[in-house]
Amino acid sequence: MEQLPSTRVIEARDLSKDYGDKRAVDGLSFTVRPGIVTGFLGPNGSGKSTTMRLILGLDAPTAGDVSVNGKSYRDLAAPLHEVGALLEARSVHTGRSAYNHLLALAQTHGIPRRRVDELIDLVGLHDVARKRAGKFSLGMGQRLGIASALLGDPSTVMLDEPVNGLDPEGIHWMRNLLRGLAAEGRTVFVSSHLMSEMALTADHLIVIGRGRKIADTSTDEFLSRASGSVVRVRSPQSGRLEALLAGPEVTVTRLEADLLEVRGLEASRIGEVASQGSLTLHELTPQLVSLEEAFMNLTRDDVEFKAAEVDRTEAAA
Amino acid sequence: MNSNAAVQLLPREAHTGRVTQARVAVSEWTKLHSLRSTRWSLLAAVLLTIGLPVLFAAVTSSHWGSMSADERAGRHPLDIALAGVNVSQLAIAVLGVLVITGEYATGMIRASFTAVPKRLPVLWAKTAVFAAVTFLITLPPVLAAFFASQAILARHDILQISFTHPGVTRSVVGGAVYLMLVGIFALAIGAILRNTAGGIATFAGIFFVIPPLMNILPTSWNNAITPYLPSEAGRQIFSLTHDSHSLAPWPGGLLFVGYCALALAIAAVLLVRRDT
Repeated sequence: MEQLPSTRVIEARDLSKDYGDKRAVDGLSFTVRPGIVTGFLGPNGSGKSTTMRLILGLDAPTAGDVSVNGKSYRDLAAPLHEVGALLEARSVHTGRSAYNHLLALAQTHGIPRRRVDELIDLVGLHDVARKRAGKFSLGMGQRLGIASALLGDPSTVMLDEPVNGLDPEGIHWMRNLLRGLAAEGRTVFVSSHLMSEMALTADHLIVIGRGRKIADTSTDEFLSRASGSVVRVRSPQSGRLEALLAGPEVTVTRLEADLLEVRGLEASRIGEVASQGSLTLHELTPQLVSLEEAFMNLTRDDVEFKAAEVDRTEAAA
Repeated sequence: MNSNAAVQLLPREAHTGRVTQARVAVSEWTKLHSLRSTRWSLLAAVLLTIGLPVLFAAVTSSHWGSMSADERAGRHPLDIALAGVNVSQLAIAVLGVLVITGEYATGMIRASFTAVPKRLPVLWAKTAVFAAVTFLITLPPVLAAFFASQAILARHDILQISFTHPGVTRSVVGGAVYLMLVGIFALAIGAILRNTAGGIATFAGIFFVIPPLMNILPTSWNNAITPYLPSEAGRQIFSLTHDSHSLAPWPGGLLFVGYCALALAIAAVLLVRRDT
């Protein structure tokens, strides 16, 4: 029986996790929906892997809770059919063959051997399936992890840094796989510290920094917000245009005789202003900030802002 | 090899149902027999269990003529037949620890607990499968060791003892039972400590270091404490004779079972509570 799409979600509510005095995850709330690829973006050490361990019930949250398809992971009767997970840390006994590793996992759910062979072929490990997993390269290990995750034909797929260690071909394969899984209606939740990777794969982004949520938005919106603040305008009447664009939030820099760089106005707004003034435009280009740079700006600002907020709260108390 | 670039979507698979204790046991059987460490440890246990009694019997038989009366009196046929158990218990204990700490050392435990998030079925299945395998693998060599050593000692009537003599069957089969319980105890220690070296060292401490240390204590203390140590209590399962300072086979055996149950209970509580 197919489940109703609305139940195929990961839902975190005020999720927090402390390790000693270090807060790894700090009041995270989010919902991961089916049918799209949701990227989980944040720098290394921002709490992505911890959040995923909390989702899988491997670690217990200090506060808050997280559910998969409406249930705590530990209460799932057949977890491999509901969630397929690839963790960043290796989760394979180095002395066991890929085939026996998958077989042992399959047997906990009564999944037949045929399925194990099917997955080994799918991820391209056929020739090394009987070799000890300890001899595997990083990329082969990653493929074995993907096979484990997909063994139970799960409605939700959760992968921690899945392209780590993959060659370009493998990365391409992974992107297509993730998009295909989402297109089949599954919930796909993928973490990465590389925004460029997420920009290519994810439809929606949950961005965290130091364990806190910074953004929860569509990838398109996130990219336009991160990159849309600088616009280049070329006009033979650049002097008059500069005067018309002037405003308290707007900075205009002259790059060439007919070329302006405008900060603080959307390209659409600049076009309107030019049109109202009957000015000719030869170029109107939003400048793409490097994605990594935009991401770093965003996380730094937000984390500092929130830290300052906490300090004030603490000072007031 | 399948082309890396080929986009192959995930074939559907019928959802075959839930995690059950029996399914987890099948999985644990696969895990156990698919590791080399299992085969080597069990092979070592089998060879020691048979080999040492055969060796001791042969040496005893060939030196019998030159042995003093005291020396001869100190030889008991069942001690010779079960001499291997005392040594092979180390191989079984190492494997028992490894069965669980190997998963922590490699990260496999995360895969195991992701598949079986209630966790306890994994502990019960590991314990049951390992205990059954240990008993079934060590029972034939224990029996073989008894009959082989008896055959080698055939010309010394005083060293002959019948398998049906009171206590003999219990002692011989008890050798395999003891090894099985040692395996369970070691597995529980491994589950508590989650570290291979620590698990093996702790087992060795309890079984091989603490008992001789008891001799430092005043005799009355020693006599009061030693019979209740896990190793001493457990040994009664395969000992034919019992002096005034040792427990009888059943109380000793049951006490050892109690130690195993206690260690498993601690392991179970920690397993459910701890982060992985």
